[in-house]
Amino acid sequence: MKELSLNILDIAENSVRAGAKLTSIAINEDDEVIKVTISDDGCGMTEEVLRNVTDPFCTTRTTRKVGLGIPLLKLAAEQTGGEVTIVSRHESEYPDTHGTTTSATFFKNHIDMTPLGDINATVVTLIQCNPHIDFLFTHQFGGKTVSLDTRELREVLGDVPLNTLEVIMWIKENLNEQYNGE
Amino acid sequence: MKSLAELAAIRDKMKDKVVIREGSQGIRVVVGMATCGIAAGARPVLNTFVEEVAKAGLSDKASVTQTGCIGICQYEPVVEIYEDGKDKVTYVKMTPEKAAEVVEKHLKGGKVIADYTYKA
Repeated sequence: MKELSLNILDIAENSVRAGAKLTSIAINEDDEVIKVTISDDGCGMTEEVLRNVTDPFCTTRTTRKVGLGIPLLKLAAEQTGGEVTIVSRHESEYPDTHGTTTSATFFKNHIDMTPLGDINATVVTLIQCNPHIDFLFTHQFGGKTVSLDTRELREVLGDVPLNTLEVIMWIKENLNEQYNGE
Repeated sequence: MKSLAELAAIRDKMKDKVVIREGSQGIRVVVGMATCGIAAGARPVLNTFVEEVAKAGLSDKASVTQTGCIGICQYEPVVEIYEDGKDKVTYVKMTPEKAAEVVEKHLKGGKVIADYTYKA
């Protein structure tokens, strides 16, 4: 992956496929570390799936949908001295609190740090392709917070789908303004 | 600043249109967005389709969405075009430039660009 934002898109797609209603993407940056946390209220993973999830060669039929996404994220984090941790509660054991949280830390001054890239495009793509579910995006850096919550937009939009072109353009510009404004 | 008031204005403008779109028989542009597709550059391809479909005035006729791995990872980014009464067309090794061309020639002009399609 050329950009971290592509890894984030890929991992968030796992949440979509897990049937999540709400997927949160949080990026917290300080001078040294970027922490990316993707958490969802999807079906979660059983302990057995979770054990194998970072092994690219252990994709049996039941774990096939996991594939290379997490190994690639792990590689991107570990090559900077960081790490990936995954906590998951499967719906069979946790009927009310199921879901998965994937956290990755990156040491951003490391020479092998992958640039974050176009995170706006990732957020917009997720909403474009999954207008029926919600995303909460927050990015904290340098004393600033950029955020977008599709639940708030949905409240305003009523029956108008989130992936209506005008709405997608509004989201894109809103994020651009938050990043580039004072 | 893009305000929620502006969003409300979009809602009021779109209300009538939504009904039309849901009832119409459209073209579906489906982009492979599994790990293989994303790594190969599917995101800018999908975003280009969204923008070009809008520019061509086809927003009411064509929708852009995603799917998982189609199974031909070496040909990613892969884009499938579904249209009622026609065979599915599969475009491979797509780029934003090719995507713009597909919107212009295929979606708007009705002509499949054979050079970009998958040949088994």
